[in-house]
Amino acid sequence: MSFDNAYESLLGGEDAHWAFGTGFSEALSGVNREFPAGVDREALAAYCLMLGDDALIFSQRLSEWCSRAPELEEDIALANIALDLLGQARMLLTRAGEVLGRDEDALAYLRDEREFRNVHLAEIDCGPGPGGDFAATIARLLVFSSWRLALFSRLRGSADPVLAAIAEKGLKELAYHRDHAAQWTVRLGDGTDESHRRMQAGLERVWPFVDELFATHAVEVTLTGVAVDPASLRSEVDGVLEAVLNAAGLTRPTDTRAARVAGMAGRDGVHTEAMGYLLAEMQHLHRSLPGAVW
Amino acid sequence: MADDLERRFERTVQSEARIEPRDWMPDGYRKTLIRQIAQHAHSEIIGMQPEGNWISRAPSLRRKAILLAKVQDEAGHGLYLYSATETLGADREDLTLKLIEGRQKYSSIFNYPTLTFADVGVIGWLVDGAAICNQVPLCRTSYGPYARAMIRICKEESFHQRQGYELLMTMMRGTQQQRDMVQDSVNRWWWPSLMMFGPPDAESTNTEQSMAWRIKRDTNDELRQKFVNMSMPQAEALGVTFPDPELRWNDERGEYDFGQPDWDEFWQVVKGGGVCNEQRIAHRRKAHEDGAWVREAAVAHAAKHARKEGAA
Repeated sequence: MSFDNAYESLLGGEDAHWAFGTGFSEALSGVNREFPAGVDREALAAYCLMLGDDALIFSQRLSEWCSRAPELEEDIALANIALDLLGQARMLLTRAGEVLGRDEDALAYLRDEREFRNVHLAEIDCGPGPGGDFAATIARLLVFSSWRLALFSRLRGSADPVLAAIAEKGLKELAYHRDHAAQWTVRLGDGTDESHRRMQAGLERVWPFVDELFATHAVEVTLTGVAVDPASLRSEVDGVLEAVLNAAGLTRPTDTRAARVAGMAGRDGVHTEAMGYLLAEMQHLHRSLPGAVW
Repeated sequence: MADDLERRFERTVQSEARIEPRDWMPDGYRKTLIRQIAQHAHSEIIGMQPEGNWISRAPSLRRKAILLAKVQDEAGHGLYLYSATETLGADREDLTLKLIEGRQKYSSIFNYPTLTFADVGVIGWLVDGAAICNQVPLCRTSYGPYARAMIRICKEESFHQRQGYELLMTMMRGTQQQRDMVQDSVNRWWWPSLMMFGPPDAESTNTEQSMAWRIKRDTNDELRQKFVNMSMPQAEALGVTFPDPELRWNDERGEYDFGQPDWDEFWQVVKGGGVCNEQRIAHRRKAHEDGAWVREAAVAHAAKHARKEGAA
């Protein structure tokens, strides 16, 4: 590039130079987007929202660390993970939108809280807010990425070619997320007395939300061959977590399950009190300027 | 002997060759460089905050991804630059303490608040634009590691600048409310952007020696004029105006005439009286202090690991 005039290409306006672009059309180019015969489309959309909202809401939480991480290298790493999950969310919301006739932004910004399908683990405050700290953040990342990695590795065989392609692409990302979380879990578990105590407390913070990850939902039952039954992931994920906690010298918390609300939880659109504030912040500008283009 | 070293240093600099970390250099040169590069690194790190302020509220998922990636790049720039100071014998932890104790400065522009999403675009266009004008000459600066870091940073900054400008172009094609938002943002950021080139040459203390050492390559006023000349066609293409009644083309000079920023406001903000000075430092200090136990744990773990390997 020429260093004499920083502005020289600014007026050109060609889009080819954008690193991000729309972010997903290229990643999945060539994938057949037709709906497989016999698939319940409403259920497929609901399922894409479940997995998409998990990624979107967790990404929103992780990006709260931006400029607040313990070290610059970690600031960059957490932003990377948030960006990966945001990318997964965009692909999944877009797929849901192909059934529902709405785009990714309409789904992210114009749905109300009861319409969000993410698990509670994604939405709770695990730091940098008062609900946690870096250790709780790592505990959540460890559990979430171990679970999602197991889920995506099975989802590669989905009868929906788009879901299969999203899973294939996401797998490498999630393997890195899990590795990053596992390394920090070991470092903190083994490091100092304080870090050990905080890491154990971080696990206790997120553990009541683990059970929900493995609860089979009616939508998943409807979508045989398309969706993954999360109950089938439990032993694999438990094995991974046990190996990491052993290496870190940490104790697996006793299984205390957060109670459901009249039998419902995140997958039914029933959330924790934190969710309303998260959405208020995320959605307010988009909703304040109807008809605006961004 | 010392004279020989000094002569060789002078010759290297005069011939536009690079000084490398192992080369002899005068103490003043080393100190000036550490100060300048550290201030630049601090600016990148503090600069994450005003834009980071909008990540959680970005109005589309695409804009959220772009903004998060941009702020992440700024952390990366901070890292390259702290690494460049380490080649001169400085220490990142020590420089961070100097920043949060107010003993070293960062670019004063980041003490202004980001009040609307248009500010994200205007910062990309004008603030990153001014930064590029300041930084492009540094790609030829005499200290090798700094020059090489600046080449990479300038490439990324110019990409950020395009993103900012593209956001504004998009907003100007939107609703009247969005156009008003862009103009309001330009009105707030224009003068602070001009201040980024530093005080007028007649009042600038560091310029002369830095120019002789080829650490600095153009004067503040030269760069400011260049920035105005480049920005005007951009503003016209965008459909916004700059809040300067004296701004007009001068046929004789072949350049734009323009007014002077309010230098009293500039000094007030530099000296700590800006809207966000305290907030920016408090934010950085909290992140650093809250993270202390994590850094200690990482060091303790690495030390245990090294002992185990040594014993094996």
